[in-house]
Amino acid sequence: MNTAKPETSLPDNGQWHRKDLVGIRELEPGEIKMILDTAAAFKTVGSRDIKKVPALRGKTLINFFVEPSTRTRISFELAAFRLSADVVNISATTSSLQKGETLKDTALNLQALHADIIVLRHSSAGAPKFLAERLVASVVNAGDGAHEHPTQALLDAFTIREQVGRIEGLRVAIVGDILFSRVARSNIWTLKKLGAEVTLVGPSTLVPRTFEEMGVEVVRRIDDVLESADVINLLRIQHERQRKEYFPNLNEYTRFFGLTKARAAKLKPNCLIMHPGPINRGIEIDGEIADGPQSVILDQVTNGLAVRMAVLYLCNTAARKV
Amino acid sequence: MNLIIKSGRIIDPSIDRDEVADLYVVNGQISATAPTGEFETIDASRYIVTPGLIDLHVHLREPGQSNKETIETGTRAAAAGGFTSVICMPNTEPPADNPSTIAWIADRACESALVNVFPTGAITKGLKGEEMAPIGSMVQAGIIAITDDGHCVQNHEVMRRAVEYARMFDLAVMDHCQDYNMVGSGVMHEGYWSTALGLAGWPRIAEEIIVARNILLAELCDTRIHCQHLTSGGSVRFLRDARARGIPVTAEICPHHIALTDERIATFDTNYKMNPPLRAQKDVDQLIEGVADGTITVLASDHAPHAYFEKEIEFDQAPFGILGLETELGLFLTILVHGTKAIDIKRLITMYTVNPATLVRLPKGTLNPGADGDITIIDPDLEWTFRNDESFSRSRNTPFDGWELKGRAVRTIVGGKTVWSL
Repeated sequence: MNTAKPETSLPDNGQWHRKDLVGIRELEPGEIKMILDTAAAFKTVGSRDIKKVPALRGKTLINFFVEPSTRTRISFELAAFRLSADVVNISATTSSLQKGETLKDTALNLQALHADIIVLRHSSAGAPKFLAERLVASVVNAGDGAHEHPTQALLDAFTIREQVGRIEGLRVAIVGDILFSRVARSNIWTLKKLGAEVTLVGPSTLVPRTFEEMGVEVVRRIDDVLESADVINLLRIQHERQRKEYFPNLNEYTRFFGLTKARAAKLKPNCLIMHPGPINRGIEIDGEIADGPQSVILDQVTNGLAVRMAVLYLCNTAARKV
Repeated sequence: MNLIIKSGRIIDPSIDRDEVADLYVVNGQISATAPTGEFETIDASRYIVTPGLIDLHVHLREPGQSNKETIETGTRAAAAGGFTSVICMPNTEPPADNPSTIAWIADRACESALVNVFPTGAITKGLKGEEMAPIGSMVQAGIIAITDDGHCVQNHEVMRRAVEYARMFDLAVMDHCQDYNMVGSGVMHEGYWSTALGLAGWPRIAEEIIVARNILLAELCDTRIHCQHLTSGGSVRFLRDARARGIPVTAEICPHHIALTDERIATFDTNYKMNPPLRAQKDVDQLIEGVADGTITVLASDHAPHAYFEKEIEFDQAPFGILGLETELGLFLTILVHGTKAIDIKRLITMYTVNPATLVRLPKGTLNPGADGDITIIDPDLEWTFRNDESFSRSRNTPFDGWELKGRAVRTIVGGKTVWSL
């Protein structure tokens, strides 16, 4: 199916039955593969002169971003445009949430305006699932609290598969603030379901041992994974108000966990360097390493479009069947 | 208000009575002799007849939150659950931290309550944990214990002085054991599921550290401290040791903390959000063990009504708490008596009658002649399904809709008057 021409024949939606994508945890491996295969078919659209297919023509997509985001919102927006959907963006400040309207009421109003797909970014874990169970419209999770960011994990998996040719059996290290990271959680579920070995690296406060129960290894020294990793995924490290009791400062973080030039030199030559962005140059990753030949950081961004096209397309076709 | 309750199995742990006999109520009080003149006869031949059950931990929400519950609706639910007395918590609006609010509650209860309502007063003004509330004046207005329930006094010195002061009135101090710093923004048990779901965790230690504090204070001040709604197996261990050393510290558990575990929150259903939170199976087992060996002496509901719309929001923003009055007896009978067989029904009745009555010095929980005619008639083997839409509460926030339970109160009698029957 991944060789089909989207202009004339859209990808087969086969066994996909979900109107929503709220997380990776509940997906079967086959469902993840189906999204990746569908994304591969859609990826070709972006490199054409006319970057558009009619898959969602006449459909209305609402980018409902209660928590601010630029890159994910634009990626969903462009993905929707390429599928010929009509797109409206709303944020917390432009919605009635500010006037005290509940999330559910705002969403019901959007549905009353015949929204077909609501893409939700929200600071509360579970908010997309909450809406998905209460709306006829499709709900796609664009990041909910520290819970999941499924399309990020899917685009990461897509990038790995595209670069290496497979995911099964690869050793993937995820480094940084895992505790507060929805990207980490969705990546763990995706990679485990596709047969990779996942190692988490970070300070004991931000990578509690409880994560081992999710089927991953936890280590405290980044040097322990450098030589064996096939992929190293560096998460953005933040040192905001609520993180102050978790580690002392960014300098100390870089000293123990940053991918410096010296550390990068120990990586296998074909080890992929990934980052969900936005990157802090010189903190979790050296600036030159981020721009270096092993870095696939910008490929991730490009692939995000294809993956999001696939997700929107599959969820919408499943919703139509209902 | 004359009754002959015929041929029931009378279980009255206060006088160690367990026999099939008739029970008499004359002029609203338990009597050793049968009434003369007019009386009602109730056939209890298939049932257990006990002192009216007491729920030590209930939120009736009045004054100030009557959109969630009122004293009238809350006590209707209590009656339907088999309870003749409820002890209500002071986290109302305004908080019950002064004699006028206590008097208002007593007044409202006189007008509208179906069962006995005994108010508690706040430990500190405004439940803020800073200044001592006028405890003595509230005792005169009718409180039977103090607690900042819903909140927890963080300053150990403030707590120490309140406990010391309460001793003067022979008043039990009840405590919602929660260290605020360690809980932070936690909304569920800290463990595998909080990790997997990305919800802020609420570690066991946040309860245990305050339980340990309370044990130390109970010993220091030689005053009764009662730890409310225990959830952690570690707390049970601390209490077991302390009680073995004769320290006057007691504890209660609520049915949801042994009927459910944190795994349920994978649904993000806010009816699984309570304070303190649902914990792991290990804790459930240790709590039940604590009931079996007598470490935990009181069963209670922590009945916490919230309006539908208040719970119908994002999980981390939803209020904590669930209903309990109409399901607690059925759940505890099903789990503790029929299921795990951790205790027999006599012990269960002890934990709902004489134990709470003794703790807060209520002349209730007994069928001794002369006592108020508060009686609960229980069918311990009745199999029934709880239906949320049949609840008497103003609210509907319970995860137990549709649960099949074994054992239920079939009649509730307050002062000789039947206030509810199946």
